[in-house]
Amino acid sequence: MIESHISLLLVVIPLLAAPVTALLPGVRLPWLTALLVSWVCFALAIWQFALVMDGSVISYELGGWAPPWGIEYRIDIVNAFVALIVAGMAAITLPYALRSVEQEIPKHQIPLFYSMFLLCMDGLLGITLTGDIFNLFVFLEISSLSSYTLISMGRQRRALTAAYQYLIMGTIGATFLLIGIGLIYAETGTLNMADLSNRLPAVFSHHTVHTAFAFIVVGVALKLAMFPLHLWLPNAYTYAPSAITVFLAATATKVAVYVMLRVVFTVFSTGFTSDTPTDDMFLLLGVLGVLVASFYAIYQGDAKRLLAYSSVAQIGYILLGIGFASALGVTAAVVHIFNHALMKGALFMAVGALVYRIGSSHITQFSGVGRQMPWTFGALVLGGLSLIGVPGTAGFISKWYLVLAAIEQQAWLIAAVILVGSLLAVVYVWKMVEVLYFRPASDTGETYREAPLSLLVPTWLLVIANIYFGLNADLTVGAATTAVQVLGGIPQ
Amino acid sequence: MKHDLILRVLAKLLIPVIVLFALYVQFHGDYGPGGGFQAGVIFSVAFIFYALVFGLDSAERVIPAGVLRVLASLGVLIYAGVGVITLFKGGNFLDYDVLSQNPVAGQHLGILVIELGVGITVSAVMLIIFFTFAGRGRD
Repeated sequence: MIESHISLLLVVIPLLAAPVTALLPGVRLPWLTALLVSWVCFALAIWQFALVMDGSVISYELGGWAPPWGIEYRIDIVNAFVALIVAGMAAITLPYALRSVEQEIPKHQIPLFYSMFLLCMDGLLGITLTGDIFNLFVFLEISSLSSYTLISMGRQRRALTAAYQYLIMGTIGATFLLIGIGLIYAETGTLNMADLSNRLPAVFSHHTVHTAFAFIVVGVALKLAMFPLHLWLPNAYTYAPSAITVFLAATATKVAVYVMLRVVFTVFSTGFTSDTPTDDMFLLLGVLGVLVASFYAIYQGDAKRLLAYSSVAQIGYILLGIGFASALGVTAAVVHIFNHALMKGALFMAVGALVYRIGSSHITQFSGVGRQMPWTFGALVLGGLSLIGVPGTAGFISKWYLVLAAIEQQAWLIAAVILVGSLLAVVYVWKMVEVLYFRPASDTGETYREAPLSLLVPTWLLVIANIYFGLNADLTVGAATTAVQVLGGIPQ
Repeated sequence: MKHDLILRVLAKLLIPVIVLFALYVQFHGDYGPGGGFQAGVIFSVAFIFYALVFGLDSAERVIPAGVLRVLASLGVLIYAGVGVITLFKGGNFLDYDVLSQNPVAGQHLGILVIELGVGITVSAVMLIIFFTFAGRGRD
């Protein structure tokens, strides 16, 4: 019975658990509930991924209404892969969250915090699993509203303005998406994505469809923080509670990238996209994103903000992959979705561990702390190497495929930009390493103990995953290659 | 509190009518315009009206914040719970057909209970929002 309902259970279990968690007393009990739910979801996501790994498709009809009339959950390897990332990151963030959240969030808000966390995970999983584009919008709102709340729970009062900024930008993005969906619904009379991809080609010449496409792409681009629509992201990541920064950085923008892939390649097709300047726009903004955001990252004084700008640059790489619109390019994009979740997860966790002991994420406060907290420092270094793309780390695999895709299209300039971006990453990672390890400890004579195990173990699990998937890329590249075939509309 | 006699009398007259209308919109939702969202808002209006006329403290005595929090969660649980029951009865999620011997009766039952869940959550959340804003700066 479970197997036939697996995709639904991934959405319903967190949905049921969220209101229960909100009512539980204390600190540990809500955390334990959320932890169990996330682990169950992770197991289900692995199971689901195994079911569709061969390229098959699971279809689930909600309420027993047949598609395209009813809402359909349609799972192929692309959805299953992204759902695996979301559930996996939730499962590894929650053990980390316990101590970090106890320190950062007032006790009476903790049950609500975990309830919101579950809702956010639920929304993100829902976006990936649904095959109905309006349903996708609804889940997008669920995940967005809960992430605004989560960000506003940060320890500084500036978290409120950061959340408000994200609220405004996110709502504009969601509204654009909704306007676009409304327009294509008016043109085709259907909301089912598979059905849309059949019906849209007949009306490709209509201006309404072009307008709808523009609205949807810009709306989703706001959610995935495409340069120059990224302005909400640095503040949101900097002031959110550490555990939330880890979870959102690893999942939220990735899920939005997934939506972009679906819209560009499945719902509309490359045939349509290549008639519009979309590909060139992705390439141009990708290049600008990589360069400008990396430069910004170098000049940041706050470690979390530095990593946030680096995230914008990484989104630039993914956009380059989409912009190439070739099999290799999209493979690189899909692989980087996974690998970036691993590396940014590890890095934000390491910085979160520093914040846990030091109480600030400002780099000047880190002087010499690397020698006092060697394990945290080690995780930061290895995560940084992966971010740079040193061979033997996950980051290398995605950069490799991206450069291959650029060379395949003889886009030498873009290949050069990818390499320059990596060099800029060396600069901003070194900036943290230098202060942490080579600066003398501050005069106050304060020494910091190593971060607690509950923070270190998840961090190191992600670091090891970074190295494992750097040495053995069968899972990621294999999944991405099948994903490219399943997405459709990409010239092989 | 001396000069608002008319207001207080009218409120006492109107509040039961508002609640009754909310229940009508709630349970007539599957035949006519209405449903849980609208009913939930109208239902909460009765309480907000009471709070405006008789004061925040007496309104919070009528419906304490703790109760509201439970109700807000309860509505979601009723909604998702119906879906889970249909799963256990062998149907797909929210496939009301399996709720009763007769599929049509099952559909009626399903949508009524679902809308009840929506109504409970909407009215509780409306009141939580009202009390949060109205109570700002009080303590």
